[in-house]
This record gives sequence, C-alpha cells and structure tokens, in this order.
Amino acid sequence: MALTTTQRPARHSVRVPQGSGRGVRREGRAGYVFLSPWLLGFGAFTLLPMLGSLVLSFTDYDILSDFSELHFIGLDNYRRMFTADPAFWHSVTVTVLFGIISVPLKLAAAFAVALLLNRGMRGVGFFRGLFYLPSLLGGSVALGFVWYSMFNRDGSFNQLLGLFGVHGPGWVNDPDWALGTLILLAVWQFGAPMVIFLAGLKQVPVELYEAASVDGAGAWRKFWSVTMPMMSPVIFFNLVLETIHGFQGFTGAFVISGGTGGPVDSTLMYTLYLYVKAFTDYEMGYASALAWVFLAAIGLLTVVLFSTGRFWVHYSDGGDE
Amino acid sequence: MGRMTGLAKRSLRLVVILALLAIILYPLAWLLGSSFKSQEEVLSNASVWPEHWTPGNYPQGWTHFKSAAVTFGRFFLNSTLVALLVVVGNAASCLLAAYAFARLRFRGRRMFFAIMIGTLLLPGHVLIVPQFILFKQLGLVGGEFPYLPLVVPHFLATEAFFVFLMVQFMRSIPRELDEAAKIDGCSPFGVFRNVILPLSRPALVTTAIFSFIWTWNDFFRQLVYVSETTKNTVPVALRAFIDSSGQVTVGPMFAMSVLSLVPVFLFFLAFQRMLVEGINTSGLKG
Repeated sequence: MALTTTQRPARHSVRVPQGSGRGVRREGRAGYVFLSPWLLGFGAFTLLPMLGSLVLSFTDYDILSDFSELHFIGLDNYRRMFTADPAFWHSVTVTVLFGIISVPLKLAAAFAVALLLNRGMRGVGFFRGLFYLPSLLGGSVALGFVWYSMFNRDGSFNQLLGLFGVHGPGWVNDPDWALGTLILLAVWQFGAPMVIFLAGLKQVPVELYEAASVDGAGAWRKFWSVTMPMMSPVIFFNLVLETIHGFQGFTGAFVISGGTGGPVDSTLMYTLYLYVKAFTDYEMGYASALAWVFLAAIGLLTVVLFSTGRFWVHYSDGGDE
Repeated sequence: MGRMTGLAKRSLRLVVILALLAIILYPLAWLLGSSFKSQEEVLSNASVWPEHWTPGNYPQGWTHFKSAAVTFGRFFLNSTLVALLVVVGNAASCLLAAYAFARLRFRGRRMFFAIMIGTLLLPGHVLIVPQFILFKQLGLVGGEFPYLPLVVPHFLATEAFFVFLMVQFMRSIPRELDEAAKIDGCSPFGVFRNVILPLSRPALVTTAIFSFIWTWNDFFRQLVYVSETTKNTVPVALRAFIDSSGQVTVGPMFAMSVLSLVPVFLFFLAFQRMLVEGINTSGLKG
C-alpha cells in the first residue's frame, strides 16, 4: 500500500473568487493538454502492445510473415506451454527459485547494513554512497563479465577458497551452482533498498525508543517492538519493488550464459526464455503467450503481497497504536 | 567504563562497516586491476594489483572492431546520443504529466493516476515483443537511425517512475504559490511556466541523472533493436566482444568494461546526494 498511501486526496484549494466556473473548465482542459503526451504514450506503447500481444498469443505469428495471414491456433500456445514445453517449466522453476532466495537475502542485507549505518556517526553519507554504488553498476554487461570471470574454475573466488584448502567447482559452468552466482550478483546490489531503509529509520520517532527505555526494554526488545513495526511499511514497500524487479535479472543471466540460459538451462530466467523465443527463434506468437502468463503471474503475486501486507504492515497514521 | 565500552562499540562498528565495504567493492577494484593485467594473468590472479602491467589492453580494446572500421569511440558516441535523447524526453514529458496529476483537476484524473501507478509495476519485458512488432510495422527497426524505438516512448512519458517522482516532488511545492500566481492572472499554463517549472529543477536533475544512467546501462532493449556493428551502443558492443573473436580477449574486454562504467561512476561522484534523495522522494514519505 506504500505507493497508494502517498496519494493524498487532492487538498481543496482556495477558489479564485471571480469566474471560478470558467476557471475549473479551463483547468480541466489544461489537464488534458498536459496529460496528452502520457495519454498518447500509454495508448501507443502500453495499452496497444498489450492488447496486440494478447491477440498474437492465440496465433503462431512469426515476425517474417505478413499480418494479413495471421493464423489463429486458439489456445495451442498456452496448451503447449503448460503441457509440452519442459523449458517453460524449467524457466519458471529457475525464476521462482531466484526470486525466493535473492529477494529475502537482498532485503536482509539491506536492512542489516542500514541498521549498522543508522547510528549518527561521522561519514554516514560517504559510506551510504559506497554501499549504493553496486546498485548503479550491477545491471551492466561489464559486471556480468566480472561475475563470469570471478566464478570461473580458475577465478578469484576459487583461489580464495583454495586458501582454505577447498577446491571449488567452476561455479558459472556448473548447473548446480550457476544460478547461485546470479543470486549473489542480485544480493550484491542491496544498496538501493538500503538507502530507502535508512531514510525510513530516520523517521522513527526517538521518543518511542526513549519511552521503551523507560519501560525497561533492552536493545533486542526495542528492535522487535519499536523498529520492526515502525519500519513495516518501508519493508513492505521494498518487498513489493524488489519482488517485481527480482524477476528481471536479465543482463546477468544473459552474459553469464552467453545468451543461452545454460549450463543445462540452469540460468534460464523467464525473461531470458522470453527473449530467446521471440528474438532467436522468432516465435512471436508463443513469446506473446509467455509474456501474458508472466503478466498474470506478476499481477497475482502483487495481489497476494498486498493482501498479506494487511496482516503485518503497521501504519502509524492509520490508527492510534 | 561506560564511555570506554561506547568507544569500543563504535570502533567495532566502524571495523565491520569497512570490512563489508572491502567485500562489496572488491569486484569493482578487481575489474579495474584486471583491465591492466595480461591475458594469462586475468584468469589466474585474484589480487587486485596486476603483476605485469599491460596498459596495451586499452588501445587494443579500443580498436577491437577495426574490421568494421569503427573504434569504441563510435559506440560511446552512439550510447551518449541515445542517453541524451532519453534524458530530454523523460524530463520534458514526465514533467508535463506530473503537473497534470499533481495540480490540475480534470475528469478521470484519479483513474489515470491509478493506471500510471499500475504501469510502474509492469515489467518492461512483457511489452518488448509487441512493441518490437509495432516498430517493425512502422518501419523503424534497423536502418540509418535504429535508435527511434529506444527513444520515442520516452518522449511520451512512458517511464512512470519519473512521473511518480515528479508528482511526489510537486506535492511538496506550496500551493499558495499557485494561488498567488492565479490571482495575478496566471492560467494553468502560466502557473506551470512561472511557478512549477522553475521550482522543479531538483526533480528534473534527478530525473536526468537516473535517465542517463539507466539508459547507459540498459542492455535488453538495445540488444533487441541494435544489430549493425557501426550502430552498436556500448553494452551491445561489449557483448559482441565475446562473439566476434574465437578466443575471448579478456584483458581488452575488461579495459573497455572499465571505460563503459566511467560515465556512470562520474555521475555517481558528482550527484551522489541527489541520487540517494531521488530514491527517497519517489519511495516513501507519506
């Protein structure tokens, strides 16, 4: 709910005394004028493509043939997906696994480091910036290369393990471990949610901690009884954002696997599979069906997140306690 | 005694933070170091510091695509052009939309706002296939200027994140200023020009920086729309490094990787505070 609670009902403004009726009408017209780029963009680049891809998902359209010879095949694409395409299920498994492991780890790291930095010491801004840096760079092709090289058989990670007498596998080339390196790449970019956590921590009223101290609460108790409930809206906000972004680790998967999702489909993220189907195999109809299933899954997930949020997210402006 | 433990606690915290930073920043330092390592050393030397300095990686990487008669300089120009166009498009169109959402009353505003928030949660990957088909039908894929599909949507406020960021920002501008301008005879357009536009500078700067960095790093879209070598943007060219040479030339590849990150890093140094605040204004507050 974090996104929508920020939308306050329009504060009523003081009407300009003369000609207010005309003013309102003029404001209405101006509203559409200012909104027209967005309206056009939404219509042309969001709504139209969405509807178009819904139609295409019932065809076997490839990019090469003409639109006039669209060939409708009913639900075949969806049937094929769910019953006759092991790669689809594989990519679902990989993506869910990736999301379920990387999102909580990333948020935990972000929260822990935010707590560590939130002690009013000197240089917080500097440290915060450095922790944030991976979030800016991590999605690039360059970092994909770095990950690939560090987690190679002879890469620096194995050399580090070698110091402890452990012989690591070629992580990125091992079907059992390749996804793990992608998860690590995602968790490494915990800086963005951390920044949001830090800002949230600053808004927890000091009086609450003081009151808890007076009541004899220790640090542990204060954390669970003050920090956690007060931070729950921020945790929720980060959870929603990261969950939705969590399904989009495309670049890393693409670079590490050379665009194939390998080894043995172990890094075949759903978005990568979508890309392969659409732009390598040119199965645009099937890819459209994949996209709609993805959309439905994300929508469902958002609904689930928001409905569970009701039970654990505490809004201090929603009630007295 | 109490003060001593306080000091000890603080030092311990500092040590933990520095240790964490060392781990977090190691991959970046290693990349920088490796860009100066020789071919054999890159894959065998975990240390950040190169044993045999090989600055030749840089000129070698720069001219890696000489068979296509281009240097990396061309790719940097291409990327810069795309990023700057996206910056202009996002800043202008999102500001207009945000003004409508934040300040003007018109029929359907709440509904449109809800839709806009909805698109915030819409993964771009879902739209890539139909958008590609759309641009293909319009004849905008490939050709002399293959960047239109990357740029045009941004001139129509499709990046909801920035609309939202600016709406949040504008809500912090006192309404009294609007009202005063209206009493002075300003139309909604006048209010926009004389009040909102000048006061929205910080939000515009934040939008510009994020737009630039995200576009610079964006791989997915550019991979789809850019195919000809001379039209390559930096991320697409980097990936082509692996494909073009049978044996991967790792040193030069890392050298160009470092260069590809330099603009983002410079933005980070110059605007660190603004980036961090940008995340916050769009994020919570409420």
